[in-house]
Amino acid sequence: MIALETSQLKLAYGERVIIDGLDVEIPKGKITVLIGCNGCGKSTLLRSMARLLKPKTGTILLEGQMISKMSTKEIAKQLAILPQGPVAPEGLTVLQLVKQGRFPYQSMLRQWSTEDEELVNKALEATGLDELRDQDVDSLSGGQRQRAWIAMTLAQNPDILLLDEPTTYLDLTHQVDILDLLFTLNRQENRTILMVLHDLNLACRYADHLIAVKSGEIYAQGSPEDIMKPSLVQDVFQMDCEIISDPIFGTPLLIPHGKGRNIVRKEG
Amino acid sequence: MKIHTHQGKWLTLIISIFVLILCMVGSVLLGYTDTSIQTAIQAFSHPTGVFDQLVVTEVRLPRALIGVAIGGALAVAGALMQALTRNPMASPDFIGVNAGASFFIVAGMMLFSVTSLEAFLWIGLVGSAVTSLAVYLLGSMGRGGLSPLKITLAGAATAMLFASMTQGLLVLDESALDQVMFWLAGSIEGRKLELLQLIVPYLTIGFLIALFLGKSINVLQMGEDVATGLGQKTWLVKLLGLVSIVLLAGSAVSVAGPISFIGVMVPHIVKGLVGNDYRWVVPFSITIGGIVLVLADIAARFVMMPEEVPVGVMTALIGIPFFLAVARRGVGKA
Repeated sequence: MIALETSQLKLAYGERVIIDGLDVEIPKGKITVLIGCNGCGKSTLLRSMARLLKPKTGTILLEGQMISKMSTKEIAKQLAILPQGPVAPEGLTVLQLVKQGRFPYQSMLRQWSTEDEELVNKALEATGLDELRDQDVDSLSGGQRQRAWIAMTLAQNPDILLLDEPTTYLDLTHQVDILDLLFTLNRQENRTILMVLHDLNLACRYADHLIAVKSGEIYAQGSPEDIMKPSLVQDVFQMDCEIISDPIFGTPLLIPHGKGRNIVRKEG
Repeated sequence: MKIHTHQGKWLTLIISIFVLILCMVGSVLLGYTDTSIQTAIQAFSHPTGVFDQLVVTEVRLPRALIGVAIGGALAVAGALMQALTRNPMASPDFIGVNAGASFFIVAGMMLFSVTSLEAFLWIGLVGSAVTSLAVYLLGSMGRGGLSPLKITLAGAATAMLFASMTQGLLVLDESALDQVMFWLAGSIEGRKLELLQLIVPYLTIGFLIALFLGKSINVLQMGEDVATGLGQKTWLVKLLGLVSIVLLAGSAVSVAGPISFIGVMVPHIVKGLVGNDYRWVVPFSITIGGIVLVLADIAARFVMMPEEVPVGVMTALIGIPFFLAVARRGVGKA
């Protein structure tokens, strides 16, 4: 089962081509993580799948339908995107933010309904923000704020959730906390998740399917256990590393070589 | 000071309408010719055409009504602009709409000897539309399309270009300076009621679009990507917002000249009162914008009695300290 699929996708910012002729499939009901170094095109790919960036050529299929032929509201009912580092307007409360997630379901004729109310409450509960609903988004900690934005996308009630670096700028505790939340949403509510992550160890721990992107092309894809090898890390990230088994879940765990303590103190 | 409940906001809105009406009554009664309430009432109930009554019907009342309309229009245009550019300092003066309209009008006056205020209206509207379009196109060029930063830069550059061209025209023909100066400083004095009637349709459409856009602007304020992700046609919201800004700011500047600071100041007062929800920001901007401009216009009659100060000078006098306070607060936050 395929949730999202691109064929012969060409993406560019102005004249600068980022991705040319890419075919990729995102499996339904799984967690897929895009990895790759800065500027390799992984965020660009994610943005195009969320129709935030229009392809130059090629097509993107959402559950078999061409997104260029769908209305943007129809897409919003099936697919939610959390862009990188979103900023809430000053003074917006958590509840007001989450309520915006119901926007695609509203129109001039159809105003706020009990279903809207229920889904907003459910999203607040799922993200553990019920008690903070009347707080300003500005006043929350980084982790809580990211939860609030995820709650907004949940209020959209999408089958597919796209997230661009959802753990950036968070401390380790909150990174794990956000990823656990996303894992729960996948396993218990069967939502397809596609995200960009920078931390390879966390990517291996939470992903069912990894896609390694290098210079706008797919270098390798598959389960973390199958593809995460020192050679991949060398080719994609230009980094020497050892890979051992994560003592808790048995997923691949990278240990970078670097120079570390081999660097000696300068005498004098 | 911020009002949170729905009922509270409705109540405050109604109070602000009453205050607005009080200010208008004040504007009719106060000035160089002191007018009693009886005279004012008789001017409408038993018009005899004596001087005191004519002051009320021909001078003071049009001035009060125009003040409300212009104040509300500038404030709403400013509020829309702040949301569309995501810049809390944005206002019609700031993206060049005022400067553009002013240039067109001054050019019309000096090159084609246009003198009627009716003609100013058309030229001003065309001028503000041309300027907005130019700023919009300049701001959309290059990678990533329209961005707040680019539209800010494009606006500042365009405003400076038009302002210096206006200066250039005035240097070329100093005799015209006197004629243009009073209009350029921004004033609502001596405008006939017919002029207001001319702009009422444009203002009405501008206000209606703004009121209708409230909810969409709330979504757009979360950022272009988030809004698109939620299924909003962001280009449509921005386009409608721009149309509303052109209609409101264009009519205002044509009738009253470039009155500064109302557009940046009032939305801040309003947001301090009711928060960032544009379903409330727009209606409150209309009433509070009207109040502030009418009060400034009353004050303008008294500061240099018996001479009058252009109201544009008054709003700048009130506005600059306010502007600095907002800027300081913004800096402290960052």
